Amino acid sequence: MIVLENLHKSFGPLEVLKGINLTVDKGEVVSLIGASGSGKSTLLYCINALETIDGGKVTVDGVDVHAKGTDINKLRQKLGTVFQQWNSFPHLTALENVALAPRVVSKFSRKDAQEIAAKQLTHVGLGDKLNHYPSQLSGGQQQRLAIARALAMEPTYMLFDEATSALDPELVGEVLDIMRMLASEGMTMIVVTHEMSFARDVSDRVAFFKKGVLAEIGAPEDVMNNPQDPDLQRFLSTIG
Amino acid sequence: MDYQFHWRPVIQALPDLLKASLVTLQVSLIAMALGLMIGLVLYFFRASQLRVLRGFGSTWVEIARNTPSLFQIFVFYWGLGEFGIFLSSYTAVVAALTFNCAGYMAETYRGGFNAVNPGQDKAARTLGMTRFQSMRYVVLPQVLRAIYGPMTNQFTWVILASSLGMLAGLRELSGETQYFNSRTFRTFEFFAATAVIYYLIAKMALLLMALLGRPLFKAERAKS
Ligand SMILES: Nc1ncnc2c1ncn2[C@@H]1O[C@H](COP(=O)(O)OP(=O)(O)O)[C@@H](O)[C@H]1O
Ligand SMILES: [Mg+2]
Repeated sequence: MIVLENLHKSFGPLEVLKGINLTVDKGEVVSLIGASGSGKSTLLYCINALETIDGGKVTVDGVDVHAKGTDINKLRQKLGTVFQQWNSFPHLTALENVALAPRVVSKFSRKDAQEIAAKQLTHVGLGDKLNHYPSQLSGGQQQRLAIARALAMEPTYMLFDEATSALDPELVGEVLDIMRMLASEGMTMIVVTHEMSFARDVSDRVAFFKKGVLAEIGAPEDVMNNPQDPDLQRFLSTIG
Repeated sequence: MDYQFHWRPVIQALPDLLKASLVTLQVSLIAMALGLMIGLVLYFFRASQLRVLRGFGSTWVEIARNTPSLFQIFVFYWGLGEFGIFLSSYTAVVAALTFNCAGYMAETYRGGFNAVNPGQDKAARTLGMTRFQSMRYVVLPQVLRAIYGPMTNQFTWVILASSLGMLAGLRELSGETQYFNSRTFRTFEFFAATAVIYYLIAKMALLLMALLGRPLFKAERAKS
């Protein structure tokens, strides 16, 4: 369970998160939507401690993420993260990309790590690309590689930050398909997205962000078909 | 003016010249290897939050890059004597060239690190890697690829610059050549032969770097 309590975050004078409360249960898929600059990425980075926080509390399975003694590297293994930019490691093959963290973080032998990697790459449909370098893969394939790389750490949660926004339109589908597959397998996911059909079809809940505030949250049919917040109504009509 | 070429003295001296070439190679390799390591430390110093470290790193780089190499050698050979530190020619030349290489490499590393997208480190850290692991397995291998060209140039440079060591009394290739020149007065022959040897050493160094670099550039070769 991921719990955000009265979460505050500022960059200098700019208050980006103004007291967020959100609980994500195991097995749940929560989509975060909202205008660019509203603080969605920052929220994800407060969960995996890429950012510090200025007030409130974030707990993951009862562990206070931002407390002093927390082993953040251990905690991050539970929190798979996929960014807009796939950040594949260009000097390593697909197999090595995925096997690296199991080997150096989880201390699997090289052989076991590669087995794990091959399994995850096959899972995301890259079983025939194990020895390809990222430069030989399309953007969609590299993003699936990034997903496999996160899955290889056997995370409890997956955080997606606009995972399809940097992709050519024809490559968006293959990545969304993998995300759908993960959701159907019961993965707990927090998904920042502009793909409204994905949010509608896959999420258990959709949360609308407005200038650092969680303005509206609920079941997708309520939030998306019957929005209350006027800004959300405007947002949904512009984004189609 | 007729100048009669006499190659026999050169041929007779060849074994000694080749032995001196080994000194040249040794001095250059040590200075380069140490310079690579110290240069990395200097890079981190200059990127540090701590003013003292930044100041130390920047001063080193500034002096190394903006004063003549010959001057640097003289400082290590004679200058340190003022402080009661007396280095042998060999140690002084190695130290001075290391000082110089470290300064240049620190600057080169900076370019190398800038060439690596910060997203790489971010991705590594979210997988649970420590700062060090991310550096070791993700960032540095990419830095090394980015600086490999400049690093190779630096290696060639240090081989040639080590000839300045003769002015601190080191019998490396140039010093040895000068020694024979002063005994035989076959100036042109000796320095021509030595130039050829330098050329061959430099080419060998390039070859060595190309071979050592091969595993680094697997990904580039795979592209085709
Ligand atoms: N590291 C940072 N330093 C300063 N401002 C930042 C930083 N990261 C994000 N911001 C600002 O915080 C606000 C929220 O950004 P972000 O969380 O990326 O929004 P979103 O993901 O919803 O587009 C934006 O105004 C952005 O410019
Ligand atoms: Mg964002």
